[in-house]
Amino acid sequence: MPEYPLEGRRFDGLVRLESAEPRGMIALRGTPEELSSALEESVGLAWPATGEAAWTGEVGALWMAPDELLLLVPQGQAQDLVERLGRSLADRHHLVADVSDMRTLLRMSGSGCRDVLAKVTPADVSPAGLSIGRVRRSRVGQVAAAIWLRDGETAEIACFRSVAHYVFDLLADAAHPEARVDYWTPQGADAQA
Amino acid sequence: MLTLRCPCCGVLADETELAPGGTAHLRREGPEASDEAFEAYMFLRDNPRGVHFERWRHAFGCGKWFHAARCTVTNEVFGTYPAQTAAPPEEVLEAIRRRRPEWER
Repeated sequence: MPEYPLEGRRFDGLVRLESAEPRGMIALRGTPEELSSALEESVGLAWPATGEAAWTGEVGALWMAPDELLLLVPQGQAQDLVERLGRSLADRHHLVADVSDMRTLLRMSGSGCRDVLAKVTPADVSPAGLSIGRVRRSRVGQVAAAIWLRDGETAEIACFRSVAHYVFDLLADAAHPEARVDYWTPQGADAQA
Repeated sequence: MLTLRCPCCGVLADETELAPGGTAHLRREGPEASDEAFEAYMFLRDNPRGVHFERWRHAFGCGKWFHAARCTVTNEVFGTYPAQTAAPPEEVLEAIRRRRPEWER
């Protein structure tokens, strides 16, 4: 049974930070031309547009690079999907691997998500730059991470598990209750109006 | 701070998301080349004051290499383009000529 580095950690400040429930993660690499029909058959999702995520329930296909997707599936289903994808792609050039233990998922919730993210990443986290459905791979502090929004007040962050505590601590610092910025919160929008 | 638009993922990437890869469009001399030709490839690089073509990798993003045309004096970016090419595309050259009429390749 794998360990989840952030299990049980929680921080309440400008946003709530917690470990997202563990999910199966699959790296899928190859060209969309060759792989998208197998993805549609096995997962029921079309190849997402550049920089976007496609979801059906808790199953997601996140665009990582022009030739790479990260598939998120409920815990315990990754191995089975890897085998099914492998079978249907047997005659095509591809890579499919269960990387569930490679990364950790954090969930950030609250109206201050954009404010907190903006302190630690150079990525554009404005509503136009990071709309719901977009996946932004960038830098969080000193490490690589992927950021996406599930809804207007919930962000998920994927980072390598070896730096999970670093990312958690960094975000907790940025979300300190006395470090309020109120730029993209509803209060901030009122002040700017 | 330099920001470049990655042509592979479309993201406007901050300099700190990128890894520099040196001069673009170099032709590597093969095993049959003369010592002089290999020396020229290996050591004798241009160091222009002005327009420069460079390689960058979107290291913290999509991970892909791409090329950029940049002014080394002002950091003005004339354009970025995919790395699967041996020469800058015409629209980038056009953008450079508009901004630097005196420039010659």
